[in-house]
Amino acid sequence: MAAPDLHALANPLRFQRFATVLTPWLLLPGLGLLGIGLWRGLFLAPPDYLQGDMVRIMYVHVPAAWFALGGYLGMAIAALSALVWKHPLAALSVRAIAPVGAMFAAICLITGSIWGKPSWGTWWVWDGRLTSMLVLFLLYLGVIALIHLHEDRARGLKMAGFLAIVGTINLPIIKFSVEWWNTLHQPASIRVSGSSIHPEMLAPLMLSALGFLLLFAALVLIRMRTLIAEQRLDMRALRRAARAG
Amino acid sequence: MPHLPFIIAAYAVTLAGLGGLVIWSLLRLRRAERALGGED
Repeated sequence: MAAPDLHALANPLRFQRFATVLTPWLLLPGLGLLGIGLWRGLFLAPPDYLQGDMVRIMYVHVPAAWFALGGYLGMAIAALSALVWKHPLAALSVRAIAPVGAMFAAICLITGSIWGKPSWGTWWVWDGRLTSMLVLFLLYLGVIALIHLHEDRARGLKMAGFLAIVGTINLPIIKFSVEWWNTLHQPASIRVSGSSIHPEMLAPLMLSALGFLLLFAALVLIRMRTLIAEQRLDMRALRRAARAG
Repeated sequence: MPHLPFIIAAYAVTLAGLGGLVIWSLLRLRRAERALGGED
């Protein structure tokens, strides 16, 4: 497949055609890699020397957390592009990413809570990592609410964009919360300098993470295609109403 | 596995959440594209 001309993709209709071709190439490998990663994590990876089999929750919890954060950063960059350059696809990206990121953050919080009960003896504790992750989920919900609930859609989208940008303050708080404060949550096992995870556990984690990443990208493309189609339907209805009036 | 119910619950939540979102997104896309194509 030839590399796409990025300037040409700025046109929503051209982007629509490109996204239609790309979607199955992200969705199907994403589902496949996720399936293989989770299968290996559940049945083939060794148990942890301390946590035993409970560590298998890592294969869903950690990738969901990574891409809830990564998705938020992507949404904030798109919001900045929409506010500064008024790029139509950037505004669509904000609307497309928000519910996907919210779902990933919800999965991270729920699976973390399920992991916490047998490990810590409680479903929830108000410590730095858990609370900042909950704030991330609420920021996603806030962006969705502003997009949908404001009477003036353009103004709602603008306010959602501001919230997305301001909310990036929370990202380093999530990242460094386990170092700044005493917390039940363990520090990061994978850093730029290396990983402390056994290779037999790291391999399924990476497969699962790649699956989550491709699935995230596929879902965003599907939602962008939907939003473009719905905008075209809205414009068509407006033209008909204008002709009839 | 003494903690099997917790592990099953975590995987079930993940698969239900992701699967539900994929199906909902694809259905909404198909509805929008059909409406667009049907009026062309």
